[in-house]
Amino acid sequence: MGTRSPWLTFLLRRAIGLVGVLVTLVVVTFLMIQLIPGDPARRVAGSDATPARIAEVRSELGLDQPLFVQFGDYVSGLLRGDLGTSFATSRPVADLLGDRLPFTAELALLAIVVVLLVAVPLGMAIAVACRAGRRRSLDTAFTSATALAGAVPEYVLGTLLILVFALGLGVLPSSGAATLSALLLPVIAVSVGPICTLARIVRRETASVLTQDFMRTARGRRLPALRLYARHALPNLLTSTLTLGGLILTGLLGGTVVVEYVFQWPGLGSAAVGAIVARDYPVMQGIVLLLGLLAAVLNLLVDVVLGLLDPRTLNAKAGQ
Amino acid sequence: MTLKNLRWTPSLVIGTVLMAALLVLAVIGPMVWGDAADRLNPQATHQSASAEHLSGTDALGRDVLARTLAATRLTLLMAFGATAIAAVGGILFGAAVWVSGPRVRELGLRLIDVLVSYPAVIFALTVTAVLSPSATTCVVAIGLASCPAFARLTTNLAAGIANRDFVSTARLLGVAPGRMLRRHILPNIAEPLLVLVSVAFTVSLKALSGLSVLGMGTQPPKYDWGSLLGKSLPDIYVNAAPVVAPSIAIIVAGLAGGLIGDGLAAAVHPDARGRGGKARIKAVLAATEPAGRTAPDDALVAVDGLSVSLPDGTRLVEDVSLHLRAGEVVGVVGESGSGKSLTAMAVAKLLPEGLRPDAARLRLGDLDLRGEVDPKRLATEIGIVYQDPSASFNPTLKLGSQLTETLRVHGDTGRAEASAQAVEQLRLAHVTLPEQRMKQHPHELSGGMRQRAMIASALLTKPRLLIADEPTTALDVTVQAEVLKLLREANERDGTAVLLISHDIGVVTQICDRVLVMYSGRLVEELPVERLRAGEARHPYTRALLAATPEVDEDKPLAPIPGRPPQPADRPAGCAFAPRCELARAECEEHRPVLQPMESGGAAACFALDWDLTPESVPAAADSAASEGSTA
Repeated sequence: MGTRSPWLTFLLRRAIGLVGVLVTLVVVTFLMIQLIPGDPARRVAGSDATPARIAEVRSELGLDQPLFVQFGDYVSGLLRGDLGTSFATSRPVADLLGDRLPFTAELALLAIVVVLLVAVPLGMAIAVACRAGRRRSLDTAFTSATALAGAVPEYVLGTLLILVFALGLGVLPSSGAATLSALLLPVIAVSVGPICTLARIVRRETASVLTQDFMRTARGRRLPALRLYARHALPNLLTSTLTLGGLILTGLLGGTVVVEYVFQWPGLGSAAVGAIVARDYPVMQGIVLLLGLLAAVLNLLVDVVLGLLDPRTLNAKAGQ
Repeated sequence: MTLKNLRWTPSLVIGTVLMAALLVLAVIGPMVWGDAADRLNPQATHQSASAEHLSGTDALGRDVLARTLAATRLTLLMAFGATAIAAVGGILFGAAVWVSGPRVRELGLRLIDVLVSYPAVIFALTVTAVLSPSATTCVVAIGLASCPAFARLTTNLAAGIANRDFVSTARLLGVAPGRMLRRHILPNIAEPLLVLVSVAFTVSLKALSGLSVLGMGTQPPKYDWGSLLGKSLPDIYVNAAPVVAPSIAIIVAGLAGGLIGDGLAAAVHPDARGRGGKARIKAVLAATEPAGRTAPDDALVAVDGLSVSLPDGTRLVEDVSLHLRAGEVVGVVGESGSGKSLTAMAVAKLLPEGLRPDAARLRLGDLDLRGEVDPKRLATEIGIVYQDPSASFNPTLKLGSQLTETLRVHGDTGRAEASAQAVEQLRLAHVTLPEQRMKQHPHELSGGMRQRAMIASALLTKPRLLIADEPTTALDVTVQAEVLKLLREANERDGTAVLLISHDIGVVTQICDRVLVMYSGRLVEELPVERLRAGEARHPYTRALLAATPEVDEDKPLAPIPGRPPQPADRPAGCAFAPRCELARAECEEHRPVLQPMESGGAAACFALDWDLTPESVPAAADSAASEGSTA
């Protein structure tokens, strides 16, 4: 690799990777319509449509054009920011996504922050408290609690939260996105599962980091506990944790989609459900494209954070 | 672990019981509750919980509990189906990627990486959008979405074992790829795959139910737990009862899969917890007896009667007394497990968690090291150089921040001043380009440079005592001599006392003033280095060590010491070296020798010193030990 900065190589590689993902997404979303079994135009128009209406839909979708012309139109549309027009509302898809994205982003990003802020300190605290076989009962309690809470899917947890808080205690608004407090229950619903999984990973990784030679070196400097764990252990366990936990964070995007439906949250997830029911293909294409892109960007962010924490990962991530 | 002698942890037991119960429900559910589940009752729609309908009724007056129980079969079948698709497809895909050529493999691995990170629910929604919603569609979609996880595990595991001997042998023998996979690779990766299967089952069940909640899964008249939950959700503010039964069912099934996964994972990667309790308590019986010698009062480091024990009482180090005068370089040699490092770490107050030191006296200067000690004084008065320089620096922090940390945390030294001192120390330690090194991460330095930096770091606070624990073991032979020279330089320049731990008697002879020999947790000999150089050791173990050490200018054969030191818990009541000693007599097995001072200086713990041995009967170390070693 010579003297070239590892960051340059890394970013170059990842930029190429991101372009690859983008191209794949474009091809896949384009093919979504082509792959509809039978006659896509008939499917889109509905089973009771007249032949004239079907022909109209066909030309509207450009399905009467040769494949490469359709693809060309689709790509040039995307490049101009034109994602097509919703069948159901006749609104530009880009506008619709623009309306919905902030809600999903708000929910998902807040959940990610909550997950990291809770899971990492929790896992570390348990690992430190239970190091070298101490406090077995606390360890067992942690393992059981995370197993139990982690087994509850986001949408079921959301349902239970509505039952307990909104119906039982009557304390919180549980649907819609009008206020900040309305965010609380959905964020909890989305976060708890990933918190459990991630806290267990952090607990395991911390336990292994604590036995490393460099931790003994740091103890040899007789550092205060906070500095020992926050400055010496944390960056090291974050690298291994994020390598494993990055998937959890992108998976959280999937959890958000279902939770949105439970809480009638006006984000991309409920838009996707509505679009599938209404056979609104352009909207569906747009959502798949956008969510796919979000997942890829989230992945890239995780790798950048990893690179900042431990430059050795740059070489590995950039390929040999 | 093999599956036959699986460790039945509580989570595995509970998970298996829950899963078995669900399977029974899946078999009998539709038969027992099928009729009740489909019975319409227009008079009793949207009912809340009652004795008759524990989880209420739905929009058509059907009993939700009965429907939930009856839906067990379809729900589990769907989850199993998706898991099977994921496992079979993923393993085949991963295996195909792995056995193909390097270019395809590289591309395939990248593809798997990208696919793994794509959320399954979103992928499934995409597939559902194309192929109209149905149970089959979402089973296939979720199954496909989980394929990459299996593919990745397969390639990871295959990579892990492909380099093992038996695979190379099979390849050399020309075993065909398919056969190699079936006969040699798959059996070796079965266990982790099984863990993933249980995880994938849970993930599939959650995702499938999630799709059904959205109305994208099973379509009426079919129903699973997800669709039962989804159908009752819009009415939750009016009638909450119908969401309860399907919610609980989903939780129980998820819990069963999760617990089984946890249990299997624990069985595949057993942690140390299960084994700790069984250590035998035996050596404790032969404990406490009067300390052999006491350290002089004017010594810098004075240790009397030091023992280090495990929580169960097993003593790893027993009754060690030693001292270092200011500016003295003392070596401790012994085989691994002799307790030399633990002795040094007890002095440094850096014993691993759980080990307990105990001593009549343990002090550095005026610092009593037995109780709480001011961390600042410990950090600045003891410098430590560790064995493996590549593992002893924190890989995530720059060298500068690690080198200056003690100064900055414990001193009043500012950042710039600490930095300047560190650069100066690096220069003294002959580290090239010291200014640049401060901004580098440890992995950017060679092993030798890292150890020089470690020595610089240890000397930065001008400690009174430098403890070097096997400082040259992880280094190339060419670098070893230079690192030893550095330690001696520091000693001569600053008057730092050095406690050098090594298994290599040649290393300690090079720079030490005095050498202590440890065997099986005890000190067996202490002697000035001149006598060691002259080959005048008195203890049979030290003599055997010398005979096992190569010397450049002599052409005598090397004599490995036959046998092995005893485990800490199995140490005999008598001399621990007796079973390997050629001079051993009955008394050696029964009584333990104590250190006795020699007229020529030093001390040794051996009964043979008092025996009237003719020169011929004392083994001329090399020859007789060599013949013994070859037959052992």
